[in-house]
Amino acid sequence: MATTTPVGTLYRGGEGMWTWVLHRITGVGVFFFLFVHVLDTALVRVSPEAYDIVIATYKTPIVALLEVGLVGAVLFHALNGLRVIAVDFWSKGPRFQRQMTWGIAAVWLVVMIPGAYYMLMHSIEALFGSTP
Amino acid sequence: MSAPSIETPRSLSRRNAQRSNFELYSWLFMRISGIVLVFLVLGHLFIMNFLDGGVQRINFAFVAGRWASPFWQVWDLTMLWLAMLHGTNGMRTIINDYAERDQTRFWLKMILYVSSAFIILLGTLVIFTFDPNLG
Ligand code: HEM
Repeated sequence: MATTTPVGTLYRGGEGMWTWVLHRITGVGVFFFLFVHVLDTALVRVSPEAYDIVIATYKTPIVALLEVGLVGAVLFHALNGLRVIAVDFWSKGPRFQRQMTWGIAAVWLVVMIPGAYYMLMHSIEALFGSTP
Repeated sequence: MSAPSIETPRSLSRRNAQRSNFELYSWLFMRISGIVLVFLVLGHLFIMNFLDGGVQRINFAFVAGRWASPFWQVWDLTMLWLAMLHGTNGMRTIINDYAERDQTRFWLKMILYVSSAFIILLGTLVIFTFDPNLG
């Protein structure tokens, strides 16, 4: 029987598979954001008004939430990318790859919890009048 | 159902295939550009979202102030080129992984390369021809 359909993947679950999936999704997401971001910045060549109008939408609560998502995605991709590089080039990398995975999860949380609060502070104030 | 057959690595059709180190260099480039991007991109995100009130302070005058300095021009230009080449090369890998028909793969990559080239050139032009007195 000719097999032209995919026959499955070499991955069988575990942290290694999920970090790979997340690395791929965040990479694609950040890439598409970069397209939009170069286009919005290009408005500085159109007029100061056009640029300021579009940047004003970046300061609204919903987009602020998306910005937190963007920072979280880039931070994960960067940390996990460094882990991949360490596994490839550092002689002890493969042995410690699992510890490194939990390490980047910890760093991610330590940065993102206060980071998200700080990035959303202005929106919380605008919506509720004050921050807790 | 029989198990899928995998061609042996040293089979004739493979040995006769065109030899090139492109994939090796591309693999290496992903890692070198990744390390440089850690500083450029995380630095950029930190400055823009966390310093002096974050995104709330950004407007045309802010951009004009930054690009008055060659330091930030070089920073942004390097970041633009490295991130776009790194991202485009990553997307190429993903297209190669998922698009099965030769035609589909070819056209998806053409769309990718043309739109990436457009964004790199547009971004470069904007950094080099920025005019703080516009308007
Ligand atoms: C911030 C620092 C960054 C680091 C350390 C980093 C690291 C890496 C590494 C090492 C790979 C190769 C993974 C592999 O071969 O298995 C990779 C893939 C990729 N990166 Fe990055 N990267 C960074 C930033 C970015 C940015 C800014 C973008 C978007 C423009 C991006 C988009 C991608 C994409 C689309 C892939 C392909 C994913 C895949 O094949 O599954 N990366 N990154």
